[in-house]
Amino acid sequence: MQINVIIFGQLTEITGNTLLLNNIEDTDSLIRELNGLYPALASKKYVVAVDKQVINQNTILKGNSTVALLPPFSGG
Amino acid sequence: MNSIDPYERYQRQVILKEFGEAGQQKLLQAKVLVIGAGGLGCPALQYLVAAGVGSVGLADDDTVSLDNLQRQILYTVNDIGKSKAVSAASRLQQLNPDIKIIAYNERLTTQNTLTLISRYDIVIDGTDNFSTRYMINDACVLLNKPFVYGAVSQYEGQLAIFNYKKNEDDPSVNYRDLFPQPPNDDQVLNCEEGGVLGVLPGIIGTMMANETIKIITGIGEPLINQLHTYNALNNQVYQVLLSARNETRSLIPENETTFIQTDYEWLCASSSFRKFEIDIENFNTLLRSDDITVIDVREPDEIPVINEFISEKIPLSQLKENLAEIKNNTIIFFCQTGKRSLQAAQWLFDIFGETKKIYSLRGGILQWKKQQAKQPV
Repeated sequence: MQINVIIFGQLTEITGNTLLLNNIEDTDSLIRELNGLYPALASKKYVVAVDKQVINQNTILKGNSTVALLPPFSGG
Repeated sequence: MNSIDPYERYQRQVILKEFGEAGQQKLLQAKVLVIGAGGLGCPALQYLVAAGVGSVGLADDDTVSLDNLQRQILYTVNDIGKSKAVSAASRLQQLNPDIKIIAYNERLTTQNTLTLISRYDIVIDGTDNFSTRYMINDACVLLNKPFVYGAVSQYEGQLAIFNYKKNEDDPSVNYRDLFPQPPNDDQVLNCEEGGVLGVLPGIIGTMMANETIKIITGIGEPLINQLHTYNALNNQVYQVLLSARNETRSLIPENETTFIQTDYEWLCASSSFRKFEIDIENFNTLLRSDDITVIDVREPDEIPVINEFISEKIPLSQLKENLAEIKNNTIIFFCQTGKRSLQAAQWLFDIFGETKKIYSLRGGILQWKKQQAKQPV
């Protein structure tokens, strides 16, 4: 089971633009995994979208789910 | 030949089938407030004014500087040093003298925001900082006004319409449903620190005008309850659906009175640093005590020069090497606006911990100077 992760904004400086991860059950374990791989990510603020829907709680991931990490932007 | 066609100026859009004279009438009757006449505000204003929005308010307390001209396309070198609100309004009025344009050359605060927003139908957020953005969001929720949001960072932009329902029973979301709490200043870089490609706010600001025109005239499918992101480097767009969070309403001030009492700048300051901050009154009291060291962490050429009290000058860029030299037990840092001094306080705390009393002047020396002008010590 493969999960595609797309990263936006300045978070890409930490992780790059896209990631492929295997054997991830849900969004909470995905975030734990990412924080382990990229400790700098742990202190960053972002929302998580699963298959183009922003989620507010832990969400089960299906194979080939796309998860997006979207940080807030401040510039105008 | 005298033209008496009231729609001549708008002819190219009036002949659009879905738009028509009815659409133009709706625009002419609409009142739109653009907050921030910067990278996003300039293009949004230009297109709204050109399209014939009947009343356009623009609020900005900043002045034009040379490094704005790369993306803030309403201004020229002749405007440098002048008020953005006044310069933009005069330029826009030349573009369309038939509509009403009102410039507000003032800083939005919790004291004036509700009154200002209540005079308009739609608010466009072209601000460049989180404290104003959360304040506008909360005000729009309290006043039930649609809020067209845009923001940029480096090569990427975000766009959404918040707090808007097409039908009474539809759900609506606001900015806090996306990001419930403001990030700390140290979590997200602004354009000053992170940079921005000039054309990017041009694209996003123009899209904000487009969404605004769509919700006024009722054409098309506005970006309601969705977040649209755009990447200028690879032209990729990504759109996600938003849904309401249960806790959102509890984060927004309950009513006008609690809104006025909310300190949005404070909410957006770095949470871990906040403990060091002292207000002007406490700062002035501490100045009179013995055994204190006041340290100015601004760079040598920064003004105003302070001679009202004694301070050591150690620019933030050289502070780390000099921290161990700081002998007194009570230290107050200050800088221009109170951000660098917070950083300085944190560094000193990392070395001395609780063994020294470490403070940072909230609002910086600029606020202090303003206060002194009102009531000298």
